[in-house]
Amino acid sequence: MTTKSHPILSMAASRIGLGLLSLVIVSLIIFSAVSFLPGSYASAILGQNATQAAISAMEIKLGLNRPWFVRYLAWLGAAATGDMGLSFSGRPVMALIGPRLKNTLVLASITAAIAVPLSITLGIVCARYRGRFIDKFLSTSTLASISIPEFFVAYVVMMVLAVKLQLFPSMAGIRNGMGLGEQLYRMVLPILTLLLVILAHMVRNTRAAILSVMASPYVEMARLKGEPEKRVVIRQALPNAIGPIASVVALNLAYLISGVVVIEVVFVYPGVGQAMIDAVRNRDVPVIQACALIFAAAYIGFNLIADIISIVSNPRLLHPR
Amino acid sequence: MERVNIAGGEHPTASAGMTPTRRRFLVGASVVAGMVALPGLSWAQDKPRQGGKLRYGMNDGSQQDTLDPASWATVMTGFAFNGSLCNNLVELLPDGSLAGDLAESWAGEEGATRWTFILRKGVKFHDGRPLTPEDVRQSLLHHMGEGSTSGALAIVKQIKQIDKQGDEKVIFTLAEGNADFPSLMSDYHLSIFPAKEGGGIDWQSGIGTGAFKLESFEPGIAVRLKRNPDYHKPGLPHFDEVEVVNISDATARLNALMTGEVDVIEDLDIRNVALVERNPRLKIVRTPSLRHLTFDMNCSVAPYDNPAVRKALKLAIDRDDIIAKVFLGEAKKGNDNPAASIMPFYAETPPQHAYDPDAAKAILKEAGLDGVTVDLSVAETAFPGAVDAAVLFKEHAAKAGITVNIVQEADDGYWDNVWLKKPFNASDWYGRVTLDWLLATSYTSDAPWNNTGFKKPGFDALVKSARAEMDQAKRAKTYAEAQQMLHDEGGVITVAFVSWRLAMTTDIGHAALGGILPADNHRGAERWWRTDA
Repeated sequence: MTTKSHPILSMAASRIGLGLLSLVIVSLIIFSAVSFLPGSYASAILGQNATQAAISAMEIKLGLNRPWFVRYLAWLGAAATGDMGLSFSGRPVMALIGPRLKNTLVLASITAAIAVPLSITLGIVCARYRGRFIDKFLSTSTLASISIPEFFVAYVVMMVLAVKLQLFPSMAGIRNGMGLGEQLYRMVLPILTLLLVILAHMVRNTRAAILSVMASPYVEMARLKGEPEKRVVIRQALPNAIGPIASVVALNLAYLISGVVVIEVVFVYPGVGQAMIDAVRNRDVPVIQACALIFAAAYIGFNLIADIISIVSNPRLLHPR
Repeated sequence: MERVNIAGGEHPTASAGMTPTRRRFLVGASVVAGMVALPGLSWAQDKPRQGGKLRYGMNDGSQQDTLDPASWATVMTGFAFNGSLCNNLVELLPDGSLAGDLAESWAGEEGATRWTFILRKGVKFHDGRPLTPEDVRQSLLHHMGEGSTSGALAIVKQIKQIDKQGDEKVIFTLAEGNADFPSLMSDYHLSIFPAKEGGGIDWQSGIGTGAFKLESFEPGIAVRLKRNPDYHKPGLPHFDEVEVVNISDATARLNALMTGEVDVIEDLDIRNVALVERNPRLKIVRTPSLRHLTFDMNCSVAPYDNPAVRKALKLAIDRDDIIAKVFLGEAKKGNDNPAASIMPFYAETPPQHAYDPDAAKAILKEAGLDGVTVDLSVAETAFPGAVDAAVLFKEHAAKAGITVNIVQEADDGYWDNVWLKKPFNASDWYGRVTLDWLLATSYTSDAPWNNTGFKKPGFDALVKSARAEMDQAKRAKTYAEAQQMLHDEGGVITVAFVSWRLAMTTDIGHAALGGILPADNHRGAERWWRTDA
């Protein structure tokens, strides 16, 4: 019998390979799409000073007079060596995005640290007391909060807690030299909004995943053997529901990194989402590319981790025949 | 040698708010803004107080913003860098007139082709270096030369040579005469930075001569500034600290003001005016600006090449209706003259074009036309409310037998694909400091942004002859003639002029604001004060 490579390692290796390929494809799509958009960095920046002469001078300076695929290959070559290049404004892309990425990661980690355990617990509670008041209440309220657009949730939260009750600041703008306490205090409202937005998705999926396992015969068997319902849910059903739960958690974590631009705008939180919007508006291609890579990498990375968790939690996948 | 326009002596803004005329003006301005001092509360704006902090919420900061003056394009950079960190040779006073800033005086000679600026003595950069003619020369050269991408390129292009004389004189030689040259030196890109050894300027460190020193700069997020105790204008600035924060979302900006996170916000949404006016802690400050919103007809394309069609369309639009319904009264009626009333050499262009569908119909009939059909290209980005204004225009014009087909264009790329290209389009003009600059960039035959395709040799000749004219009365007459020509024959339908609309707490004191540039001609940080300091 030949020694088989470890299933997790081989899967991780192939997934990372595919992930890198996806990143290249994503970068190609975005680069070409931005090139086909009307307008250019030069006309966006020069605004009402944009004479044809000024535009061509700036385009020559930035190398924008070359065809887009030539520029793409040059960018790809540099990016492959880890050099994200210079923004069209002349600053290194990493210096521009770095501090914002840090802010995004801080907001995402704090939200995730609260949201993940909370939503899984609530999902289990719903599954355990299925059809009872607590289940109906949580299902309805999460359904409501998932149906309302996030900017509306943000404005309601802001109106009630910042404008009317004046409990928290309306601006989450954290800055260098601010104490940790004040930073956290300022981040309360965006965190609360994000919680309301992502909790629903995770609670409902946890509940659904557990309930689908609860319908299997072995759970019936456990019940017949006299196991208490709580033990059935946590010991028998939950371990087999970890795979689907991990997937939905991964999706929401990736969203926390790439999709919170609306929250960033409303609460004036200097995150990476705003950086990308700003860059798209000005056609600052190197910055757009870097943001796109970060977002794509977040999705690929979190999904990879979710798959690894599914495999580890499932002996059938861990020891394939 | 003819000498003109010598400013000198004490700096005028230092005494702002002290002179009786200005105080009288203030009272008028505060009534206009709907602010009446509460009984028992002395809303003392007349005496500036020292100290405190100004927190300003901007709407257009960008992560592309840099300290390089050639790149400045946003109000955030204009206010924080040009108006607070730096000074120009000259300064635009709130009333629109020109005063010396780093230059104490200036004089033009040889048909306005040679301009000598005498620098103010004792001006120091933030690091203690004294201001020298070389700093001025390098600061201007920074925008010139092959491959320059500066926003001020059009201005500096006319400079042929810059010479220094002694340690206080800078002499500019122009390619052709321009009586407006000193005014153009107020352009916000032309801030004076310290020269580097071996040429160039040191803009990277953010060291200028301005009222505030740079503490920190996070592009697109915030700029923090500290008072410059050695500022060359006596008694200024009033604030100890200034913080300029970028809040791009209009609701978030308003909330930041309502919750006291900032003291002033830029560009209050017209739909929120009533909300702010109801709040006794807040006030709205409206300042007439150069900005105007237009529907531009290309005079060299049919049917707009027919003067009767142009005239009829100008009479077939009910500006009052559009201002009431689209701008909620927050705009001033235009009269098909792109010059703003706050500009030097602005002239009334009678008659005021009013809505008169019968007259429009009659004009068309006289030209042998039985009704006319036009395609109007609009998008929300053309100017705020452009689509709604076009819909109203369609209704107004229908009564004159004119069919206006509204072509809704895409927002993205509007300025690249529609503006200057489609024969009848909506446009948002931020205006220019001088009439010559406005006309020469947008209305003469060879103007780069001639959106109305207006090509009239007689008009070009008027603009050219006024440019180098040093006799103010003659100049005013020529400009009046040119403006009347645009009103009568031009392709621009000036729908409305809009004001800068700031909302601020009543704790911020100020004199009348300048409106040529936003935020008190960018210099609010040194002109305003806290009444609660």
